[in-house]
Amino acid sequence: MNRDTPLFRLWVEFRDNRIAVAALVVIIAIAVLAILAPLITPQDPYNLAKLVLADARRPPGTVGSGGYVHWLGTDAQGRDLLSAILYGLRISVLIGIAAGAVAFIVGATMGALAAFAGGRTEMLIMRFVDLQLSFPAILLALVLSAMLGQGHLQMITALAAAQYAYFARTAHGAAATERAKDYVEAALSTPLPARLVLFRHILPNCLPPLIVVATVQVANSIALEATLSFLGLGLPVTEPSLGMLIANGFQYLLSGRYWISIYPGIALIVLIVAINLVGDQIRDQLNPRLKR
Amino acid sequence: MSAPLLRVRDLATHFFTRAGVLKAVDGVSFDLSAGEILGLVGESGSGKSVTGYSLLGLIDPPGRIVAGSIRLHDQELIGLPPAALRDLRGRRLAMVFQDPMTTLNPVLTIAAQMQLALGAHERVSARAGRARAADVLTRVGIPDAARRLDAYPHQFSGGMRQRVAIAVALLNRPDVIVADEPTTALDVSIQAQILAEMKALVRDLGTALIWISHDLAVVSALASRILVMYAGRIVEQGPTATVLRAPRHPYTGGLLDSLPSRAAPGQTLQQIPGLPPTLAALPAGCAFHPRCARADVACQVAPETTLAGTRGWRCHHPLAEPAP
Amino acid sequence: MNAPFITVTSVSKHFDPQLSLGDHIAGVLGGAVETRAVRAVQDVSLELVRGEVLGLVGESGCGKSTLGRMIAGILPPTAGAVAIEGAPVMAGRRPARKRTTRVQMIFQDPYASLDPRMRVGDALAEGPIVHRLVSRAAAPAYVAGWLRKVGLAADAAQRYPHQFSGGQRQRIAIARALAMQPDVLVCDEPVASLDVSIQAQVLNLFLALRHELALTMVFISHHLGVVRHVSDRVAIMYLGRIVEIGPADAIYTHPQHPYTQALLQSVPQLTLTEDVVTSFKPIDGELPSPLAPPPGCAFHQRCALAEPRCRQQVPLMRDVGRQHAAACHLLPASTDVPSASAR
Repeated sequence: MNRDTPLFRLWVEFRDNRIAVAALVVIIAIAVLAILAPLITPQDPYNLAKLVLADARRPPGTVGSGGYVHWLGTDAQGRDLLSAILYGLRISVLIGIAAGAVAFIVGATMGALAAFAGGRTEMLIMRFVDLQLSFPAILLALVLSAMLGQGHLQMITALAAAQYAYFARTAHGAAATERAKDYVEAALSTPLPARLVLFRHILPNCLPPLIVVATVQVANSIALEATLSFLGLGLPVTEPSLGMLIANGFQYLLSGRYWISIYPGIALIVLIVAINLVGDQIRDQLNPRLKR
Repeated sequence: MSAPLLRVRDLATHFFTRAGVLKAVDGVSFDLSAGEILGLVGESGSGKSVTGYSLLGLIDPPGRIVAGSIRLHDQELIGLPPAALRDLRGRRLAMVFQDPMTTLNPVLTIAAQMQLALGAHERVSARAGRARAADVLTRVGIPDAARRLDAYPHQFSGGMRQRVAIAVALLNRPDVIVADEPTTALDVSIQAQILAEMKALVRDLGTALIWISHDLAVVSALASRILVMYAGRIVEQGPTATVLRAPRHPYTGGLLDSLPSRAAPGQTLQQIPGLPPTLAALPAGCAFHPRCARADVACQVAPETTLAGTRGWRCHHPLAEPAP
Repeated sequence: MNAPFITVTSVSKHFDPQLSLGDHIAGVLGGAVETRAVRAVQDVSLELVRGEVLGLVGESGCGKSTLGRMIAGILPPTAGAVAIEGAPVMAGRRPARKRTTRVQMIFQDPYASLDPRMRVGDALAEGPIVHRLVSRAAAPAYVAGWLRKVGLAADAAQRYPHQFSGGQRQRIAIARALAMQPDVLVCDEPVASLDVSIQAQVLNLFLALRHELALTMVFISHHLGVVRHVSDRVAIMYLGRIVEIGPADAIYTHPQHPYTQALLQSVPQLTLTEDVVTSFKPIDGELPSPLAPPPGCAFHQRCALAEPRCRQQVPLMRDVGRQHAAACHLLPASTDVPSASAR
């Protein structure tokens, strides 16, 4: 087994930054908790039949009618907040990663293709991308999710459409640099088919900056989804995501029932900060100007 | 023989990295007299550039000068506070890099940067500064220097830019100039011009020059004395022509024999087998022994420098002295 | 006499400046925007016979790399054509694509010419698999064979380029080119970035492979000593044109063009005498810009022998000996030959 691969070297350097490693552990922990949510939560917050209205707005630590402790309290519908947050994280992470992945694939392919083809193709693609980048992403996501309606798939589409342009721009810059390198010239002079050169040589070498953008954009997707849900757009009300939980608790915030908004908010912040910390470390590692 | 201008003793510069301590320079000693041109030859990783940087105190972490002494006239340079070193640099010691843009600021005119370099060490009026700058530029072979003072670096060709960098180094009449592969990136015709000009300059100004290069032919045409470095140590030193005519260290001999000019066209060249060692894993004893045809058990112990007259070599089994 | 194997017929390559929208606007507003084309190669004709090594020498910007890339089929010529046994290296479609695998190229910097993310074995196998020179199943053995041929262990296939030194990487680049089973190798400064003690190893490898595989080679270098060692014939380029071409021996011992003579004198020789007087005679002046080559003979501004006609007329190639030709007005105009080839 050859351990001296580019990815392994990335990890060797990464593990020197304790904060980033801690952040990575947090992300993994959140991901595991989110994935295992149905197994570890005392309540299924999406099953409206199981919700007991008498348990509504209980403060943290009280024992509800189900006979178990509501460690983080309950919301206005009587949902156990810990369960709701874990299920909410599940949706947030799923949607964030799915939207990020779609945006990554579409954007990176467009950007790399533009850089590789050059000429009119490049100009057409990149001017379109520039045009879109001049709109705020949230505006685009708002309009799109209002148009597409509610649902996971619609949300992923709206978020990906709002964010692929960042990938396209980054991929274009990186691919233009790689395009000029000798190994691309060597591959073309073999000759290898253009498709192979683009996908087997140029794109893999554009991965480092794209990975950095991807971490930032996954975090942004999660925040954007929360924002849209907070505004009542996006996901169905019966399956509250973190944004909707925050929104639901908002009206009680000043009446002393802080937990309904605050705990989902903390969960959201922890997740986003952790992703950004990991992203920062990767960016620092991949930026040759910051080396040593 | 006058007292040496620069006296380097047991200089050791190590880099403390993740991979371990890299002994880039490990016990280098040599003298340099005023007006002398010293050629410092070696392959990548031999420590020749790090030696040059160490002289000017330009070693950045994780590198550090860990031992030795560098005396310029009678002043010890190792251990000087950074401010004192900065003052010496440019005034007494100057450096010319392979890429002239290391020295030149792309957004300043040549006149402006030369004024800055002058003003760092003494108060000079703008008019006197311009005159001196133009004078130095003329000396390094820049035609129409007075007019070209107001040009920016990008308006010069590669060869002219290197001349400007040399002029900046000369500006404060330093005692020693360390030049690190200054003509490697230039065309042969431009290299020939600069080599000829450097020789004339050294002769006229009495500046001592340390010329770091991997090219034996360049050094043979320029330097009166040569130091051959391998894996952080000087393995052979002496008058250039004598060393190149009759090398005593097998490495020097191997380098010379591998030159294409030493074989009939189309014939197999003599080659030194193997690869230069990496500093992270230096062979025990003489670092050259794994590539050396003359090596035996004695070479497991690092050889000391054998001195004979003006020459010196670090080898247990030196090549035979040629018949007189 | 052998029939020509590679024919280069009056190729030229001009690079138009890539103007961005901003440049256009700046140009309209009166900014200094360069709109002239770089004339990298101008009307060069050559012939190579099978199995010979042609050295291509010149200073930076003389067009030797551009000419090499046109022969290798990487760059389409602006005018003229390159053919191997009559078959064009590039198809004439737009964009022109390389058509043959018979020419392969080796680049100067082995740190840049290998994909850093691809294992050596995969990099060597992909071309041959795409072009069906070897099946996917047989590829590992095929790759191992080429690695051994260039003096590397077969297990190098499992490693990444960064795990090798410069000389080893250049061997890998050579193996990659050879795995395509080419007839022609275009080598662009293949030893320039290698350490002195490694240069000899790689040059020896070239010499051995050349004989073993009966390769025809174009060997591009600024290093006159290296070129002399490996080449049968040498062509000297200056500002986009070949100014002299002939057998290596004749070029080095009886150079005819003033530029060749000056260039040879610029090369620092290993001096073994005590008197360290300047052992070289530099050429005055600098290379003129390829954006605006001087009229007539491009070398006339730096030539001590220039006459009025050198400033007006481009000199044609003239035969000056067996297979030896040079483009200079001052040479006896006994037999003017219109082609650059002396064959």
